[in-house]
Amino acid sequence: MNLTLTVWRQKNASDPGRFENYAAKDIIPDMSFLEMLDVVNDRLVAEGREPIAFDSDCREGICGACSCVINGVPHGGHRGTTACQLHMRHFKDGDTIVIEPWRAKAFPVIRDLVTDRSAFDRVIQAGGFVSVNTGGTPDANCLPVPKENADLAMDAAQCIGCGACVAACKNASAMLFVSAKIGHLGLLPQGAVEQERRVINMVAQMDAEGFGNCTVTGSCEAVCPKEISLNFISRMNRDYAVALLKGRQPDRK
Amino acid sequence: MNLITGLFKTSIGKKFIMAVTGGGLFLFVIGHMLGNLQIFLGPEHINAYGHFLQHSPEILWPARIGLLAFVVLHIWSAIALSRENQAARPVGYRNSPAPVAASYQSRVMAMTGLIVASFIIYHLLHFTAQTEAVNFTGYDFKHFSDHRARHDVYHMMVVGFSSKLASSFYILGMALLCLHLNHGVNAMFQSLGLKNAAYAKLIERFALISSGVIFVGNCSIPLAVLAGLLK
Repeated sequence: MNLTLTVWRQKNASDPGRFENYAAKDIIPDMSFLEMLDVVNDRLVAEGREPIAFDSDCREGICGACSCVINGVPHGGHRGTTACQLHMRHFKDGDTIVIEPWRAKAFPVIRDLVTDRSAFDRVIQAGGFVSVNTGGTPDANCLPVPKENADLAMDAAQCIGCGACVAACKNASAMLFVSAKIGHLGLLPQGAVEQERRVINMVAQMDAEGFGNCTVTGSCEAVCPKEISLNFISRMNRDYAVALLKGRQPDRK
Repeated sequence: MNLITGLFKTSIGKKFIMAVTGGGLFLFVIGHMLGNLQIFLGPEHINAYGHFLQHSPEILWPARIGLLAFVVLHIWSAIALSRENQAARPVGYRNSPAPVAASYQSRVMAMTGLIVASFIIYHLLHFTAQTEAVNFTGYDFKHFSDHRARHDVYHMMVVGFSSKLASSFYILGMALLCLHLNHGVNAMFQSLGLKNAAYAKLIERFALISSGVIFVGNCSIPLAVLAGLLK
């Protein structure tokens, strides 16, 4: 297949950036989207031009590194799919594909399609610790966890922190990400102990990073490669209300 | 955290303010509609209802002050949250694609809210302040009184809605209000953390049905007047 790519090119954070067109020739439909970019980059290097910078790591949808907005939709718009799992057979010969980085004030562009997502790391750090007894391995089943809670916690724990929720949200809100982390830890007895402190601190950090607010449009849930449910945001709001009413304060840094 | 700081300074706190005030205003809209639907019971009922409200300042004024406070807080939180939302995405996407999976009503909350606010101002001038200049009928509603010397609310509504211009603004106002409520009622439960997988479908259905009922209920009055069913 032969395609035209309209790609966002930006040298560094201070460069205003612009779109440039590239021909992607002889693309095999079985290639993944990132493999297609590799082919285009190989040719750019051979021609002595600067390759397109993009994030990638595991290339099997579990690391959360890849982060392209493809034709206006983070990860390309196939349900439960990251950009690395998106295959070129979903495109038609002759298509023009627009590729952009995540767009959010909290995710500044480092270069081309690569953004700085360390805001997420700082939100995680603000979450603090989970109290776990050190020492010998605990006996199996000595800490009962209801099956429903274990399932829900696992649903939330699937979040790979890619940031597609922020990229898709019209308000660049990180509430799906933050609520997945808060939900995942708060549903389990080990994490429930620090839940109030965690929710207050993580929300304070989320606000400080300059993410927007949830307006319940559901865009985040629709693009999430791990299909995290919007219900986790409701759960976070509930936990937040409880912590607020109990007079919890964010920890001073 | 100080509760007040938490409510007014944090993202989720502001969403709580938005949701609680929106919920209060939603309940008022339902009560207001049920009160006004008494027009179908005839002049005796609606005039007695109007007389009761007008002569119960101990109910009327706390309600008015409370509603005003709710409206102010609702609009304040909307402005504060929208400004943060706009600041959070300084650079948009190419050709501004519609956000994925976001319903039309969820994307136009600010627009529907602003038009509903302007409708409320008109509505207050029209039937509460009874400003003659805005009713387009040439009558002064302040002078309408029934055989018991009560303010003739029935006659005022019939004359008021006989103006096609006024009636169509009411119907437009209700259409936008119901678009606003269709998303707002659902989002209110979500923001307050009262939505979960078990009740999600029920809440969505409730939002749809309640906004539909409010639209039909409120529009039935101007439509009945225009159709000549209320005289």
